[in-house]
Amino acid sequence: MKLDRREQNGAIVVALAGEVDLAHSPALRKVLMDETLSGRTVVVDLSGVEYIDSSGIAALVEGYQMAKQKSGRFALAAVSAPAARVLKLARLDQVFIIGDDIEAAIGGSLV
Amino acid sequence: MDGVALDQAFAAAPESLSTVRRHVAEAARQLGCGGDDAADVVLAVDEALQNIIRHGYQGEPGEVGIRIEADGTRLIVTLTDSAPTVDPERVRPRDLDDLRPGGLGTRFMRDIMDEVAFLPPYSGTGNRLRMTKHIRGRG
Repeated sequence: MKLDRREQNGAIVVALAGEVDLAHSPALRKVLMDETLSGRTVVVDLSGVEYIDSSGIAALVEGYQMAKQKSGRFALAAVSAPAARVLKLARLDQVFIIGDDIEAAIGGSLV
Repeated sequence: MDGVALDQAFAAAPESLSTVRRHVAEAARQLGCGGDDAADVVLAVDEALQNIIRHGYQGEPGEVGIRIEADGTRLIVTLTDSAPTVDPERVRPRDLDDLRPGGLGTRFMRDIMDEVAFLPPYSGTGNRLRMTKHIRGRG
């Protein structure tokens, strides 16, 4: 898994690429917990995700819950086909805010 | 192809998951699984192995045997480990309406595969998990 963190239009963008599994999800969880704690908008770019399992999904759920607790915005952007399949399997495609691209996820039009 | 496409032992560790997925994907394809079905089987085995790593061996070193074979139109995956025998009643999938991080893996396994069964171990200890799935490419 490759994780890249940057700021864009006032939001924290965490871009993931590669395989998000139990070998990497603890690191993802830590980053998402740290970033959502501030209450700032956090967008997770999933465009480069080739594989994600329940441990990766759990890290996203924890980020979502922490953001909610801190009244921050937490959204997913540009979800790759493999990630979309697993989100749908978990029926979380109806729970997360999902943007077609990063700008949409930050606060524009949403799908 | 009928018969056994994979019968191998792997370290029960997060670092093994990537290698296991490659082997499982190749075995599923050899036995006639198409793209989505093969991806589903890979996810189910990954989730089962995660459970063994986290709840079976609980982070201690251990091994898991993975066997993948076809029987007619069925793909059969068997995972065996030497971790303390688990009570199947305690391995329950969570309700998807209950939004919390844990328990998703078992839900995935049950949703993806046609059958998920905890069988008695071959010897007195350990666990044997069998998961089966109808292979569309085999009729």
